[in-house]
Amino acid sequence: MSAIPVSPIAEPWHLPSRGRVAMLSLITGESAIFTIFVVAYVFYIGKSLTPPYPQQVLEIPIFNTICLLSSSVTIWLAERQIERGKIRGFAAWWALTIALGMIFIVGTGMEWHKLIYLDGLTIRTNLFGTTFYSLVGLHATHVVVGLIGLTLILLFTLTGHVTEKHSERIQVFALYWHFVDAVWVVVFTVVYIVGR
Amino acid sequence: MADQTLPIAGTVDVTPRRRSTATLLEWLHGWVVTVDHKRLGILYLVYGIFFLLVAGAEAIAIRIQLAWPGMHFLSPELYNEMFTMHGTTMVFLVGMTIIFGFANYLVPLMIGARDMAFPRLNAFSFWMSAFGGLLLYYSFIGGFGLYGMGAAPDVGWWAYAPLTARAFSPGHATDYWALALIVAGFGTLGTAINVIATTLSMRCRGMSLLRMPLFVWLMLVVSGLTLITITPLTAAQIMLVIDRYLGGHFFDTQAGGSAVVWMHFFWIFGHPEVYVLVMPAFGIASEIIPVFSRKAIFGYPAMVAASVGIAFVSLGVWAHHMFTVGMTSVGNAFFVLSTMLVGIPTGIKIFNWVATVWGGKIRFATPMLFCLGFLFQFLIAGLTGIMLSVAPWNWQLHNSYFVIAHFHYVLVGAIVFNIFAGIYYWYPKVTGRMLSETLGKWHFWLFLIGFHLTFDTMHFVGILGMPRSIYTYEPDRGWNHLNLIISLGGMIQGIAVLIFALNLVHSYFKGKMAGNDPWDAWTLEWAVPSPPPAYNFAADPVVHSRRPLWDLKHPEDPDWRYEG
Repeated sequence: MSAIPVSPIAEPWHLPSRGRVAMLSLITGESAIFTIFVVAYVFYIGKSLTPPYPQQVLEIPIFNTICLLSSSVTIWLAERQIERGKIRGFAAWWALTIALGMIFIVGTGMEWHKLIYLDGLTIRTNLFGTTFYSLVGLHATHVVVGLIGLTLILLFTLTGHVTEKHSERIQVFALYWHFVDAVWVVVFTVVYIVGR
Repeated sequence: MADQTLPIAGTVDVTPRRRSTATLLEWLHGWVVTVDHKRLGILYLVYGIFFLLVAGAEAIAIRIQLAWPGMHFLSPELYNEMFTMHGTTMVFLVGMTIIFGFANYLVPLMIGARDMAFPRLNAFSFWMSAFGGLLLYYSFIGGFGLYGMGAAPDVGWWAYAPLTARAFSPGHATDYWALALIVAGFGTLGTAINVIATTLSMRCRGMSLLRMPLFVWLMLVVSGLTLITITPLTAAQIMLVIDRYLGGHFFDTQAGGSAVVWMHFFWIFGHPEVYVLVMPAFGIASEIIPVFSRKAIFGYPAMVAASVGIAFVSLGVWAHHMFTVGMTSVGNAFFVLSTMLVGIPTGIKIFNWVATVWGGKIRFATPMLFCLGFLFQFLIAGLTGIMLSVAPWNWQLHNSYFVIAHFHYVLVGAIVFNIFAGIYYWYPKVTGRMLSETLGKWHFWLFLIGFHLTFDTMHFVGILGMPRSIYTYEPDRGWNHLNLIISLGGMIQGIAVLIFALNLVHSYFKGKMAGNDPWDAWTLEWAVPSPPPAYNFAADPVVHSRRPLWDLKHPEDPDWRYEG
């Protein structure tokens, strides 16, 4: 067997991070799911045949929205902390992110409680109820999944298992949380501004 | 030097294999807990071939029922279940699993990687898909709950609303259908993510994007398309489950919902899904045709661009399934033109394959025979596709057997033919033994004859006005003998597939030993032993061109001198 020929080009070999690629792929897929639910919501605006209608019962959840959107900033600050190896600072910002996410979920729960018990709107009441609970519920499900992940990472941090070398994994997970926040901007616009 | 097989130096482990001493239980346990991409690939393929036989048997049952007017081979209820299960099984449990089986087995080997990017996610995805199939078929026992007989889904594989509403489809059959597809959909999503991450992040040194084998390229495009194609179906199924279980009104026209919205959502999934299935078949053809023509693929960059182009265009054509629903003229015109646009990149592909064969030293082995059959049939399928894309033509022939003939020409004539080609081509790599060429030739010719008897004739009964999904028909319609020919063709295809199954089993024990590189091929999977060891490559390979094994076999004339 003769010598293996070598091509003249020997450039350095860089490949994208598989975690990032996978998370971006997941986000693409999730975006398609949300797109279908958003399209259904928009298509069915004003098509409900029986009350209650959105303008009668929906209140704009401004405080909730501020909390969720600012959690994107706090998680970004946490990412910066771990990149520099500051684990305590990371844990603090991370815990704040969880708190803000919890406030959002509790706020959604209170809103739904009011809608169900005061206004008598359930998923089977009318078309508005069906589309509202499914779209907002789909987003809330994603927030809950995100919160579970965030809490697990916080527990690992508090038990000393997270170090600077995990910063890339943390950032990959944070991409998901940023996505959940970005989707809320769309859901908020469609449900509380366009649809009301 | 050309016929010599040369493993890349250092990539082959020379220690002799020890005979396995595991007990049956240990062997089984090893398969259940495996995270090896090759074993998972084999599991996918075995699972897919099993369901190919099941769904094929369902097709035969349908064809016996339709062979002659006034037959009562099946009851009307069972007939509806048969065509629903045939379609659902073939698309989700056969097509999807077999293409992902090929992807799992071949992508890491072709790009010089030791495994997929996420081996455990890979195993999870397979078992999710397998569980989805189990759920679907469990409906035969549990479709009406614990009391009474079971019933399979009977709403058609497209499951148009409002037939799927609780009032019209009581029992649990439709729920099993929806849940099975949601579960299998998550499995598919996981594998698609895995394939993308593998191709982008696990390539060996020198394997730049434009040096990847076309099969890998096609699987990358297909996986990207899967991300945005399977997910709308999942979303629509969730809505259907909300309607059926929580009393929602998405598709409930009496509460302001819309049945047409389901059609849109279903076909936003359904049409790109055809491309998800057919593009891996293109990938298989693009590997086999060059090797058996002894020429490098013609127009590699154009092939890549055409694949990406097909994926993009396929996202904007779904409503050509809905011309008869009644859309605006602008809507009709848009979907007519966008559908015709698909013909351009697919035409480029056909010309490139023909140009690859042109002037080549063609070897008519079984894989190449199936690929040549594919080339001819895919051309016809594309032409009838263009015919059906014209809205007025479509108004005449929508829901007729002409449509059935068209899409079976794609699904069987292109996809199944290439899947067979791929199995004949890579079986030696997977098992270490060649499939019998004699049985292979019998399989090919019988299948080809059966295929054309069945699906060519379906065009004619379609033009004569026979609608799809009918239980039986009156004897004075002039369809009798044509239907008999279609059914006979179906039987011949059934016999051919049984010969194929026999070949798979027989050659596993008695086949000729294959060696590393039985076809004198050029991609990396042929550089490792057959079957490959668990770690694939003992040392990470380095490639310098699109045909790394050509460079090794012909050091005096390597490819990298000519590739830009």
